[in-house]
Amino acid sequence: MGAGDSAPVDYLLHLADNALVLGQRNAEWCGHGPILEEDLALANHALDHLGQARLLYQHAARCINAEPAQAQRFAHLQGARADGALTEDSLAYFRATHEFRNFTLLELPHHGPLAGPARADRDFATTTVRNVLYAALMNLWWERLQASADPQLAAIAAKSLKEVRYHLSHAGDWLVRLGDGTDESRARAQAALDHLMPHTQEFWTGDEAESAAVANGTGVALAELKPAWDALLDEVLAEATLRRPADGGYVTQGKRGLHSEHMGFLLAEMQSLAREHPQAVW
Amino acid sequence: MDAALRDPPSLDAVRAAIAHLSDPEIPVVSLAELGILREVRRGGDGVAEVVITPTYSGCPAMGQIEDDIRAALRDSGIAARVVTQLSPAWTTDWMAPAAREKLRAYGIAPPNGRAAQAGAQVVGFARRAAGQPVPCPRCGSTHTTQTSPFGSTACKALYRCLDCLEPFDLFKPY
Repeated sequence: MGAGDSAPVDYLLHLADNALVLGQRNAEWCGHGPILEEDLALANHALDHLGQARLLYQHAARCINAEPAQAQRFAHLQGARADGALTEDSLAYFRATHEFRNFTLLELPHHGPLAGPARADRDFATTTVRNVLYAALMNLWWERLQASADPQLAAIAAKSLKEVRYHLSHAGDWLVRLGDGTDESRARAQAALDHLMPHTQEFWTGDEAESAAVANGTGVALAELKPAWDALLDEVLAEATLRRPADGGYVTQGKRGLHSEHMGFLLAEMQSLAREHPQAVW
Repeated sequence: MDAALRDPPSLDAVRAAIAHLSDPEIPVVSLAELGILREVRRGGDGVAEVVITPTYSGCPAMGQIEDDIRAALRDSGIAARVVTQLSPAWTTDWMAPAAREKLRAYGIAPPNGRAAQAGAQVVGFARRAAGQPVPCPRCGSTHTTQTSPFGSTACKALYRCLDCLEPFDLFKPY
Protein backbone atom coordinates (compact mmCIF):
# COMPACT_ATOMS: atom_id res chain seq x y z
CA MET A 1 0.00 0.00 0.00
CA GLY A 2 1.44 3.36 -0.97
CA ALA A 3 1.44 6.19 1.57
CA GLY A 4 -1.12 8.10 -0.51
CA ASP A 5 -3.63 5.28 -0.04
CA SER A 6 -3.78 5.37 3.73
CA ALA A 7 -5.69 7.70 5.99
CA PRO A 8 -3.66 10.28 7.93
CA VAL A 9 -2.15 8.77 11.09
CA ASP A 10 -3.92 11.31 13.33
CA TYR A 11 -7.26 10.41 11.76
CA LEU A 12 -6.71 6.71 12.45
CA LEU A 13 -5.63 7.51 16.01
CA HIS A 14 -8.74 9.65 16.55
CA LEU A 15 -10.97 6.73 15.51
CA ALA A 16 -8.92 4.23 17.52
CA ASP A 17 -8.79 6.39 20.66
CA ASN A 18 -12.56 6.94 20.52
CA ALA A 19 -13.09 3.19 20.46
CA LEU A 20 -10.51 2.39 23.14
CA VAL A 21 -11.58 5.07 25.61
CA LEU A 22 -15.31 4.32 25.37
CA GLY A 23 -14.50 0.60 25.53
CA GLN A 24 -12.54 1.21 28.74
CA ARG A 25 -15.39 3.26 30.23
CA ASN A 26 -18.09 0.74 29.37
CA ALA A 27 -15.92 -2.10 30.69
CA GLU A 28 -16.11 -0.39 34.11
CA TRP A 29 -19.60 -1.87 34.38
CA CYS A 30 -18.20 -5.40 34.19
CA GLY A 31 -19.22 -7.01 37.47
CA HIS A 32 -21.36 -3.97 38.39
CA GLY A 33 -24.19 -4.08 35.83
CA PRO A 34 -27.69 -3.31 37.10
CA ILE A 35 -28.71 -6.82 36.02
CA LEU A 36 -26.64 -9.76 34.81
CA GLU A 37 -27.81 -9.44 31.20
CA GLU A 38 -26.82 -5.78 31.09
CA ASP A 39 -23.47 -6.57 32.64
CA LEU A 40 -22.86 -8.99 29.75
CA ALA A 41 -24.19 -6.53 27.18
CA LEU A 42 -21.88 -3.70 28.27
CA ALA A 43 -18.92 -6.09 28.40
CA ASN A 44 -19.83 -7.14 24.83
CA HIS A 45 -19.94 -3.49 23.73
CA ALA A 46 -16.56 -2.90 25.33
CA LEU A 47 -15.13 -5.95 23.58
CA ASP A 48 -16.38 -4.74 20.19
CA HIS A 49 -14.78 -1.35 20.81
CA LEU A 50 -11.55 -2.92 21.95
CA GLY A 51 -11.48 -5.04 18.79
CA GLN A 52 -12.10 -2.02 16.58
CA ALA A 53 -9.39 -0.09 18.42
CA ARG A 54 -6.90 -2.92 17.91
CA LEU A 55 -7.54 -3.10 14.16
CA LEU A 56 -7.13 0.69 13.89
CA TYR A 57 -3.98 0.82 16.05
CA GLN A 58 -2.42 -2.03 14.05
CA HIS A 59 -3.13 -0.12 10.86
CA ALA A 60 -1.81 3.16 12.33
CA ALA A 61 1.34 1.40 13.58
CA ARG A 62 2.01 0.01 10.08
CA CYS A 63 1.59 3.50 8.58
CA ILE A 64 3.88 5.05 11.20
CA ASN A 65 6.58 2.39 10.79
CA ALA A 66 6.50 2.78 7.00
CA GLU A 67 7.16 6.51 7.05
CA PRO A 68 10.40 7.89 8.60
CA ALA A 69 8.89 11.30 9.47
CA GLN A 70 6.06 9.63 11.37
CA ALA A 71 8.37 7.08 12.98
CA GLN A 72 10.44 10.02 14.27
CA ARG A 73 7.32 11.67 15.67
CA PHE A 74 6.49 8.60 17.75
CA ALA A 75 10.07 7.56 18.54
CA HIS A 76 9.69 8.65 22.18
CA LEU A 77 7.09 5.97 22.94
CA GLN A 78 8.59 3.38 25.23
CA GLY A 79 7.97 -0.32 25.55
CA ALA A 80 5.98 -2.91 23.64
CA ARG A 81 8.02 -2.76 20.44
CA ALA A 82 8.64 -5.66 18.08
CA ASP A 83 12.10 -5.52 16.44
CA GLY A 84 12.27 -1.81 17.22
CA ALA A 85 9.04 -1.07 15.38
CA LEU A 86 5.99 0.49 16.97
CA THR A 87 3.07 -1.83 17.78
CA GLU A 88 -0.59 -1.40 18.70
CA ASP A 89 0.50 -1.66 22.33
CA SER A 90 2.93 1.28 22.06
CA LEU A 91 0.06 3.44 20.85
CA ALA A 92 -2.50 2.28 23.40
CA TYR A 93 -0.34 2.05 26.50
CA PHE A 94 2.56 4.45 26.10
CA ARG A 95 1.04 7.67 24.83
CA ALA A 96 0.30 10.40 27.40
CA THR A 97 -3.00 12.21 27.96
CA HIS A 98 -2.32 15.06 25.52
CA GLU A 99 -1.43 12.56 22.78
CA PHE A 100 -4.87 10.92 22.86
CA ARG A 101 -7.28 12.17 20.19
CA ASN A 102 -10.67 10.93 21.45
CA PHE A 103 -13.76 13.09 21.84
CA THR A 104 -14.00 14.45 25.40
CA LEU A 105 -17.53 13.00 25.63
CA LEU A 106 -16.16 9.47 25.69
CA GLU A 107 -13.79 9.88 28.65
CA LEU A 108 -16.34 11.36 31.09
CA PRO A 109 -17.24 9.21 34.11
CA HIS A 110 -20.63 7.53 34.37
CA HIS A 111 -22.22 10.36 36.31
CA GLY A 112 -23.08 14.05 36.14
CA PRO A 113 -20.63 16.92 36.44
CA LEU A 114 -18.19 16.51 39.32
CA ALA A 115 -14.75 18.04 39.52
CA GLY A 116 -11.42 16.28 39.98
CA PRO A 117 -11.10 12.67 41.06
CA ALA A 118 -14.47 12.73 42.86
CA ARG A 119 -16.29 9.46 42.34
CA ALA A 120 -19.99 8.87 42.57
CA ASP A 121 -22.08 5.78 42.04
CA ARG A 122 -22.22 4.82 38.39
CA ASP A 123 -25.31 6.27 36.79
CA PHE A 124 -26.67 3.90 34.16
CA ALA A 125 -28.64 6.70 32.47
CA THR A 126 -25.41 8.60 31.76
CA THR A 127 -23.86 5.46 30.26
CA THR A 128 -26.96 4.87 28.14
CA VAL A 129 -27.26 8.43 26.84
CA ARG A 130 -23.58 8.53 25.88
CA ASN A 131 -23.86 5.21 24.06
CA VAL A 132 -26.84 6.50 22.09
CA LEU A 133 -25.11 9.77 21.13
CA TYR A 134 -21.91 8.02 20.02
CA ALA A 135 -23.46 4.94 18.39
CA ALA A 136 -25.76 7.18 16.31
CA LEU A 137 -22.68 9.03 15.05
CA MET A 138 -20.72 5.85 14.35
CA ASN A 139 -23.63 4.29 12.43
CA LEU A 140 -23.38 7.13 9.96
CA TRP A 141 -19.61 7.54 10.07
CA TRP A 142 -18.69 3.87 9.56
CA GLU A 143 -21.27 3.65 6.81
CA ARG A 144 -19.51 6.42 4.91
CA LEU A 145 -16.02 5.11 5.67
CA GLN A 146 -16.87 1.87 3.88
CA ALA A 147 -16.10 3.92 0.74
CA SER A 148 -12.80 5.29 2.11
CA ALA A 149 -9.90 5.43 -0.35
CA ASP A 150 -7.89 3.63 2.36
CA PRO A 151 -8.80 -0.02 1.71
CA GLN A 152 -7.85 -1.18 5.20
CA LEU A 153 -9.93 1.56 6.83
CA ALA A 154 -12.83 0.68 4.51
CA ALA A 155 -12.57 -2.97 5.60
CA ILE A 156 -12.52 -2.01 9.29
CA ALA A 157 -15.55 0.24 8.70
CA ALA A 158 -17.56 -2.56 7.09
CA LYS A 159 -16.95 -4.79 10.12
CA SER A 160 -17.51 -2.10 12.72
CA LEU A 161 -20.77 -0.92 11.17
CA LYS A 162 -22.38 -4.30 11.85
CA GLU A 163 -21.33 -4.09 15.50
CA VAL A 164 -22.33 -0.49 16.12
CA ARG A 165 -25.82 -1.13 14.71
CA TYR A 166 -26.41 -3.50 17.59
CA HIS A 167 -24.98 -0.92 20.01
CA LEU A 168 -27.37 1.78 18.82
CA SER A 169 -30.34 -0.52 18.93
CA HIS A 170 -29.53 -1.68 22.45
CA ALA A 171 -28.74 1.75 23.91
CA GLY A 172 -31.76 3.25 22.13
CA ASP A 173 -34.07 0.60 23.59
CA TRP A 174 -32.77 1.39 27.06
CA LEU A 175 -33.17 5.12 26.60
CA VAL A 176 -36.79 4.62 25.60
CA ARG A 177 -37.30 2.44 28.66
CA LEU A 178 -35.65 4.98 30.99
CA GLY A 179 -37.18 8.12 29.47
CA ASP A 180 -40.68 6.69 29.21
CA GLY A 181 -40.30 4.88 32.52
CA THR A 182 -40.64 5.92 36.16
CA ASP A 183 -40.28 9.48 37.46
CA GLU A 184 -36.83 8.58 38.76
CA SER A 185 -35.55 6.96 35.54
CA ARG A 186 -36.99 9.78 33.45
CA ALA A 187 -35.39 12.48 35.61
CA ARG A 188 -32.02 10.73 35.44
CA ALA A 189 -32.22 10.22 31.68
CA GLN A 190 -33.10 13.89 31.11
CA ALA A 191 -30.31 15.05 33.46
CA ALA A 192 -27.79 12.83 31.66
CA LEU A 193 -28.93 14.18 28.29
CA ASP A 194 -28.69 17.79 29.49
CA HIS A 195 -25.20 17.09 30.85
CA LEU A 196 -23.79 15.26 27.82
CA MET A 197 -25.46 16.96 24.87
CA PRO A 198 -23.17 20.04 24.77
CA HIS A 199 -20.17 17.71 24.37
CA THR A 200 -21.53 16.50 21.02
CA GLN A 201 -20.68 19.91 19.51
CA GLU A 202 -17.15 18.56 19.20
CA PHE A 203 -18.37 16.05 16.60
CA TRP A 204 -19.17 18.79 14.10
CA THR A 205 -16.12 21.04 14.38
CA GLY A 206 -13.51 19.87 11.90
CA ASP A 207 -9.82 19.67 12.65
CA GLU A 208 -6.56 19.25 10.76
CA ALA A 209 -6.73 15.45 10.71
CA GLU A 210 -10.26 15.47 9.33
CA SER A 211 -9.39 18.04 6.65
CA ALA A 212 -6.37 15.97 5.57
CA ALA A 213 -8.48 12.80 5.46
CA VAL A 214 -11.20 14.48 3.41
CA ALA A 215 -8.57 15.90 1.06
CA ASN A 216 -7.11 12.49 0.18
CA GLY A 217 -10.47 10.74 -0.01
CA THR A 218 -9.94 8.57 3.06
CA GLY A 219 -12.20 10.42 5.51
CA VAL A 220 -15.51 12.18 5.96
CA ALA A 221 -16.41 15.75 7.00
CA LEU A 222 -18.58 14.94 10.01
CA ALA A 223 -20.55 18.18 9.71
CA GLU A 224 -22.17 16.61 6.62
CA LEU A 225 -23.57 13.84 8.82
CA LYS A 226 -25.27 16.16 11.31
CA PRO A 227 -28.74 16.26 9.69
CA ALA A 228 -28.91 12.45 9.61
CA TRP A 229 -27.62 12.28 13.20
CA ASP A 230 -30.23 14.82 14.31
CA ALA A 231 -32.94 12.73 12.70
CA LEU A 232 -31.76 9.48 14.36
CA LEU A 233 -31.52 11.17 17.74
CA ASP A 234 -34.86 12.96 17.47
CA GLU A 235 -36.53 9.67 16.64
CA VAL A 236 -35.19 8.01 19.80
CA LEU A 237 -35.90 11.03 22.01
CA ALA A 238 -39.46 11.29 20.73
CA GLU A 239 -40.14 7.68 21.63
CA ALA A 240 -38.37 8.15 24.95
CA THR A 241 -40.51 11.28 25.59
CA LEU A 242 -37.36 13.23 26.46
CA ARG A 243 -36.74 16.89 25.72
CA ARG A 244 -33.80 17.65 23.45
CA PRO A 245 -31.60 20.26 25.12
CA ALA A 246 -30.18 23.14 23.08
CA ASP A 247 -26.53 22.95 22.09
CA GLY A 248 -24.27 25.74 23.20
CA GLY A 249 -21.43 26.77 25.45
CA TYR A 250 -17.85 25.59 25.45
CA VAL A 251 -16.88 23.22 22.65
CA THR A 252 -14.62 20.50 23.99
CA GLN A 253 -11.41 19.68 22.12
CA GLY A 254 -10.42 16.20 23.14
CA LYS A 255 -9.59 15.32 19.55
CA ARG A 256 -6.87 17.98 19.68
CA GLY A 257 -5.46 16.46 22.88
CA LEU A 258 -7.11 18.94 25.27
CA HIS A 259 -8.87 16.60 27.69
CA SER A 260 -10.99 16.85 30.81
CA GLU A 261 -9.55 16.20 34.26
CA HIS A 262 -10.97 12.66 34.09
CA MET A 263 -8.75 11.45 31.26
CA GLY A 264 -5.57 11.09 33.31
CA PHE A 265 -7.31 8.84 35.83
CA LEU A 266 -8.75 6.68 33.08
CA LEU A 267 -5.36 6.25 31.42
CA ALA A 268 -3.61 5.61 34.73
CA GLU A 269 -5.91 2.68 35.38
CA MET A 270 -5.68 1.39 31.81
CA GLN A 271 -1.95 1.84 31.24
CA SER A 272 -0.33 1.15 34.62
CA LEU A 273 0.21 -2.57 34.12
CA ALA A 274 1.84 -2.18 30.70
CA ARG A 275 4.02 0.68 31.93
CA GLU A 276 5.10 -1.27 35.01
CA HIS A 277 6.23 -4.14 32.76
CA PRO A 278 7.18 -2.43 29.49
CA GLN A 279 8.75 -5.53 27.96
CA ALA A 280 5.91 -7.86 28.88
CA VAL A 281 4.36 -10.02 26.20
CA TRP A 282 0.85 -11.39 26.41
CA MET B 1 13.76 -33.32 8.42
CA ASP B 2 10.77 -35.20 7.12
CA ALA B 3 9.58 -35.06 3.56
CA ALA B 4 6.68 -32.75 4.22
CA LEU B 5 8.98 -29.99 5.42
CA ARG B 6 11.39 -30.34 2.46
CA ASP B 7 8.77 -30.23 -0.27
CA PRO B 8 6.13 -27.54 -0.43
CA PRO B 9 2.94 -29.13 0.93
CA SER B 10 0.02 -29.56 -1.42
CA LEU B 11 -2.88 -27.25 -0.67
CA ASP B 12 -5.05 -30.33 -0.13
CA ALA B 13 -2.64 -31.49 2.57
CA VAL B 14 -2.93 -28.10 4.28
CA ARG B 15 -6.73 -28.26 4.09
CA ALA B 16 -6.73 -31.80 5.49
CA ALA B 17 -4.46 -30.84 8.38
CA ILE B 18 -6.85 -28.15 9.62
CA ALA B 19 -10.18 -29.65 8.55
CA HIS B 20 -11.00 -30.89 12.07
CA LEU B 21 -10.57 -27.48 13.74
CA SER B 22 -13.52 -25.52 15.11
CA ASP B 23 -14.28 -22.35 17.05
CA PRO B 24 -13.54 -23.18 20.70
CA GLU B 25 -16.97 -21.81 21.71
CA ILE B 26 -18.87 -23.66 18.97
CA PRO B 27 -17.27 -27.08 18.64
CA VAL B 28 -19.93 -28.54 16.33
CA VAL B 29 -19.09 -26.67 13.12
CA SER B 30 -15.71 -26.49 11.40
CA LEU B 31 -13.87 -23.24 10.71
CA ALA B 32 -14.74 -23.58 7.03
CA GLU B 33 -18.45 -24.14 7.77
CA LEU B 34 -18.49 -21.09 10.04
CA GLY B 35 -16.88 -19.01 7.31
CA ILE B 36 -13.79 -18.09 9.36
CA LEU B 37 -11.52 -20.12 7.07
CA ARG B 38 -11.72 -18.19 3.82
CA GLU B 39 -9.15 -19.81 1.62
CA VAL B 40 -6.06 -22.00 1.40
CA ARG B 41 -3.76 -20.66 -1.28
CA ARG B 42 -0.16 -20.40 -2.44
CA GLY B 43 1.54 -17.08 -1.56
CA GLY B 44 3.76 -15.17 -4.00
CA ASP B 45 6.86 -16.85 -2.53
CA GLY B 46 5.39 -20.35 -2.94
CA VAL B 47 4.58 -20.80 0.76
CA ALA B 48 1.10 -22.09 1.51
CA GLU B 49 -1.22 -19.58 3.16
CA VAL B 50 -4.24 -20.22 5.35
CA VAL B 51 -6.51 -17.16 5.06
CA ILE B 52 -8.86 -16.50 7.97
CA THR B 53 -11.26 -13.66 8.69
CA PRO B 54 -12.37 -12.48 12.14
CA THR B 55 -16.04 -12.73 13.12
CA TYR B 56 -16.59 -9.80 15.49
CA SER B 57 -13.67 -7.32 15.77
CA GLY B 58 -13.07 -8.13 19.41
CA CYS B 59 -13.86 -11.85 19.41
CA PRO B 60 -11.37 -13.34 21.89
CA ALA B 61 -11.61 -16.74 20.17
CA MET B 62 -9.72 -15.45 17.12
CA GLY B 63 -6.35 -15.64 18.89
CA GLN B 64 -7.09 -19.18 20.00
CA ILE B 65 -8.20 -20.16 16.49
CA GLU B 66 -4.99 -18.82 14.99
CA ASP B 67 -2.92 -20.72 17.57
CA ASP B 68 -4.93 -23.90 16.88
CA ILE B 69 -4.24 -23.62 13.13
CA ARG B 70 -0.51 -23.10 13.69
CA ALA B 71 -0.36 -26.06 16.08
CA ALA B 72 -2.27 -28.35 13.69
CA LEU B 73 0.03 -27.43 10.80
CA ARG B 74 3.10 -27.98 12.98
CA ASP B 75 1.82 -31.36 14.15
CA SER B 76 1.38 -32.41 10.52
CA GLY B 77 4.87 -31.18 9.63
CA ILE B 78 3.47 -28.60 7.23
CA ALA B 79 5.07 -25.20 6.71
CA ALA B 80 2.36 -22.60 6.05
CA ARG B 81 1.48 -19.06 7.05
CA VAL B 82 -1.73 -17.81 8.66
CA VAL B 83 -3.01 -14.62 7.02
CA THR B 84 -5.83 -12.53 8.51
CA GLN B 85 -7.99 -10.74 5.98
CA LEU B 86 -10.81 -8.32 6.91
CA SER B 87 -12.50 -7.79 3.57
CA PRO B 88 -15.09 -8.89 2.64
CA ALA B 89 -16.41 -8.62 6.19
CA TRP B 90 -17.48 -11.92 7.73
CA THR B 91 -21.21 -12.51 7.68
CA THR B 92 -23.50 -15.21 9.03
CA ASP B 93 -24.91 -15.43 5.48
CA TRP B 94 -21.92 -17.64 4.61
CA MET B 95 -23.16 -20.43 6.86
CA ALA B 96 -24.48 -23.30 4.75
CA PRO B 97 -27.78 -25.04 5.62
CA ALA B 98 -25.89 -28.08 6.94
CA ALA B 99 -23.91 -25.90 9.36
CA ARG B 100 -27.11 -24.18 10.50
CA GLU B 101 -28.67 -27.56 11.22
CA LYS B 102 -25.61 -28.60 13.26
CA LEU B 103 -25.93 -25.43 15.35
CA ARG B 104 -29.61 -26.11 15.95
CA ALA B 105 -28.95 -29.70 16.99
CA TYR B 106 -26.31 -28.38 19.41
CA GLY B 107 -28.88 -26.04 21.03
CA ILE B 108 -27.95 -22.77 19.33
CA ALA B 109 -30.68 -21.24 17.17
CA PRO B 110 -29.12 -20.45 13.76
CA PRO B 111 -29.23 -16.85 12.44
CA ASN B 112 -32.82 -15.74 11.78
CA GLY B 113 -32.63 -14.03 8.43
CA ARG B 114 -30.03 -12.42 6.19
CA ALA B 115 -27.49 -9.99 7.59
CA ALA B 116 -28.53 -7.08 5.34
CA GLN B 117 -32.12 -7.28 6.52
CA ALA B 118 -30.93 -7.63 10.10
CA GLY B 119 -29.14 -4.29 9.80
CA ALA B 120 -32.37 -2.59 8.79
CA GLN B 121 -34.22 -4.29 11.63
CA VAL B 122 -31.62 -3.32 14.18
CA VAL B 123 -31.57 0.42 13.48
CA GLY B 124 -34.80 2.40 13.64
CA PHE B 125 -36.81 2.75 16.79
CA ALA B 126 -40.53 3.47 16.61
CA ARG B 127 -40.68 1.96 13.15
CA ARG B 128 -38.45 -1.04 13.76
CA ALA B 129 -39.55 -3.93 11.63
CA ALA B 130 -40.49 -7.13 13.40
CA GLY B 131 -37.65 -9.63 13.16
CA GLN B 132 -38.09 -13.08 11.74
CA PRO B 133 -39.29 -15.57 14.35
CA VAL B 134 -36.65 -17.49 16.27
CA PRO B 135 -37.69 -21.12 16.66
CA CYS B 136 -36.58 -22.83 19.86
CA PRO B 137 -33.74 -25.23 18.95
CA ARG B 138 -35.17 -27.84 21.34
CA CYS B 139 -38.94 -27.95 20.78
CA GLY B 140 -39.27 -25.92 17.58
CA SER B 141 -41.83 -23.51 19.00
CA THR B 142 -41.67 -19.95 17.68
CA HIS B 143 -43.27 -18.76 20.89
CA THR B 144 -39.91 -17.39 22.12
CA THR B 145 -38.69 -14.13 23.59
CA GLN B 146 -35.38 -12.27 23.71
CA THR B 147 -33.84 -12.01 27.16
CA SER B 148 -30.90 -9.90 25.99
CA PRO B 149 -29.42 -9.03 22.59
CA PHE B 150 -25.92 -9.71 23.97
CA GLY B 151 -25.19 -13.21 25.20
CA SER B 152 -22.37 -15.46 26.33
CA THR B 153 -20.21 -14.57 23.32
CA ALA B 154 -20.13 -11.58 20.98
CA CYS B 155 -21.95 -13.48 18.23
CA LYS B 156 -24.95 -14.65 20.28
CA ALA B 157 -28.10 -13.28 21.89
CA LEU B 158 -29.96 -14.79 24.86
CA TYR B 159 -33.45 -16.18 24.23
CA ARG B 160 -35.99 -18.17 26.16
CA CYS B 161 -38.71 -20.51 24.92
CA LEU B 162 -42.14 -19.72 26.34
CA ASP B 163 -43.44 -23.23 25.62
CA CYS B 164 -40.72 -25.61 26.81
CA LEU B 165 -39.33 -22.84 29.08
CA GLU B 166 -35.70 -23.59 28.16
CA PRO B 167 -33.24 -20.72 27.76
CA PHE B 168 -31.13 -20.86 24.59
CA ASP B 169 -28.65 -18.89 22.47
CA LEU B 170 -29.37 -17.33 19.08
CA PHE B 171 -26.51 -16.91 16.62
CA LYS B 172 -27.26 -13.29 15.64
CA PRO B 173 -27.55 -12.39 11.94
CA TYR B 174 -24.43 -10.28 11.33
